[in-house]
Amino acid sequence: MSEVKVKEPLFSAKNKKLISDPLSDDNPVTIQVLGICSALAVTVQMKGAMVMSVAVIAVLIIGNVLVSLMRNIIPPRIRIIVQLVVVAALVIIVDQVLQAFVYDASKTLSVFVGLIITNCIIMGRLEAFALGNKPWASALDGLGNGLGYGLILFIVSFFKELFGAGTLFGIQVFGDSAEGTGLYAMGYENNGMMLLPPSSLVIVAIIIWVQKARNPKLQEA
Amino acid sequence: MKFLRKIFDNAHEAINKNEKTKKFFPLIDSFDTLMFTPNHTTKNGAHIRDAIDLKRTMMFVILALVPCLLFGMYNVGHWHYEALGETATFMQKFGIGALGVLPLIIVSYGVGLGVEFIIAIRNGHAVQEGFLVSGMLIPLIMPVDVPLWMVAVATVFAVVIGKEVFGGTGMNIINIALTARAFLFFAHPTSMTGDKTWVAGIKDMKTDGVLADGFSGATSLGDLAGAKAKYAEAVIATTKGKSDEIVQALYDKGDIAASKAMSMMDSFWGIEIGSVGETSAFAALLGAAFLIWVGIASWKVMISFFLGGLSIAGLFYATGGDLAAGGNPFYAVDPITQLMYGGFFFGMVFMITDPVTAAQTSTGKFFYGFIGGALGILIRMGNPAYPEGIMLGILIANVCAPTIDHMVIQANVKRRMKRLKTA
Repeated sequence: MSEVKVKEPLFSAKNKKLISDPLSDDNPVTIQVLGICSALAVTVQMKGAMVMSVAVIAVLIIGNVLVSLMRNIIPPRIRIIVQLVVVAALVIIVDQVLQAFVYDASKTLSVFVGLIITNCIIMGRLEAFALGNKPWASALDGLGNGLGYGLILFIVSFFKELFGAGTLFGIQVFGDSAEGTGLYAMGYENNGMMLLPPSSLVIVAIIIWVQKARNPKLQEA
Repeated sequence: MKFLRKIFDNAHEAINKNEKTKKFFPLIDSFDTLMFTPNHTTKNGAHIRDAIDLKRTMMFVILALVPCLLFGMYNVGHWHYEALGETATFMQKFGIGALGVLPLIIVSYGVGLGVEFIIAIRNGHAVQEGFLVSGMLIPLIMPVDVPLWMVAVATVFAVVIGKEVFGGTGMNIINIALTARAFLFFAHPTSMTGDKTWVAGIKDMKTDGVLADGFSGATSLGDLAGAKAKYAEAVIATTKGKSDEIVQALYDKGDIAASKAMSMMDSFWGIEIGSVGETSAFAALLGAAFLIWVGIASWKVMISFFLGGLSIAGLFYATGGDLAAGGNPFYAVDPITQLMYGGFFFGMVFMITDPVTAAQTSTGKFFYGFIGGALGILIRMGNPAYPEGIMLGILIANVCAPTIDHMVIQANVKRRMKRLKTA
């Protein structure tokens, strides 16, 4: 008598949590404090931040699935090297795709696309999740963490672009700063500090502050 | 006095009647304790009570700031008429200056205390007095023509991010007033530096063309930085093979800019363009004498800060730079004059000595002050982008203070361990 294996539905409660957790209580940037460097560097414009997020999400999902498929044949002692090879290959592919199809964005992101390989979130998820879970769960985990990263980048770049340049996705919100229309006619000026990386640090810190104030479970004693 | 007491008693009674207004207790209480010494006694435990509490301390610092404030008002008016090329009486100058400075003070106190009150009522604790001094310091370290909304934004940033996040008065890591200034310095550099912001109404004068001949509107340090830029241009022109006349013209422009920097005595008394309250070394020293006399500011920090600045200024002056070879005009200023420029003395007396952000150990105070002064002058003289560096030097020293204390304590532990082993 062979036991009938109950097939787990594709979006079971457990699998849904894989996506929803990184978006709130287990956010890779604000709670695990991973991937901070790129969150500081590529958030001056929302467009760049979004392209960066998509790139990271793609690398995370595909990397997670590939490593998860190979998890039983990778010798533990060289697993870091194997993971690196996988991530490096994916990053190169993503970089080439960006250069081919969104050349402007690729140019503004410059070296940071290549530096996705050093993004701690990717290695962290490969080590912590993909090596011990099945491909489908790994894909969802990659998607969740990528979205969590993208969410923070979205918030940070929203405030940076709005107050630093007075635009959102390149569209003028506060009026034309060069011609002095809209808010600028009233003496408003763009905040130059918002264009510098340290301001991202302040914004990320405020996000962490709000998040921890709303959820006492996250507060350290 | 009875009359005042009655007002506060009535106010206390009025808000206690209603549950909803009870939360405004901190608001009334803070004004009450500002006017009257609190009459409640500590109920239990060992305690030491001193007549000088936090509010009294803050008031003493504000008293020490009065010479800087009054002189600042006069100085603002003086340069306003100087820019117009008109003569004016003492009272005219003082009046124009007061009109320029008072709005800054009102905005700084109004916004800062407003934020403090909101936080106190929300968290249900007494209003903390820390902002009393910061609120006076902020206008004194701003250019007089900085837009008021910028002062408001910077004050909110300084109080919330600089102080309340860390737990309120006495818990901040870096100086609050300097946080406000640093915020504006990086956020709105055109309103915080250059030659269009230091003199009251100079922007309109420039557009109307009523500016006196040869009046640049830049600070002494700004003039030196301008000279530095011209010399650098001259060197580039030489390497590019431009004609001698062009190169010589650039050098001459540099010389003119450098010659506009103030003399030592003018800088000492403070007849100099600059932020509202920091121009006069003399007024700052009056404040220093008072603060040391009442025991609030540490003379160790002040002395070491002075020595730190002096040693770096002296070192660069001695090693010097060849001006003809595109050297740095900052190096050509003798060390004492160098220290008279900019906010060095104001920073020495009122900023670096802030007991909350300073090093706590006695030995540490010497290191802390020295680092602040040395870095401040180093940034001023060496940095290509910022003509003044005292603010940044003090902020860096603030950040270093806990580490300095840690090292001093560890050194002491090590010494005593050694003694223990040999005995």
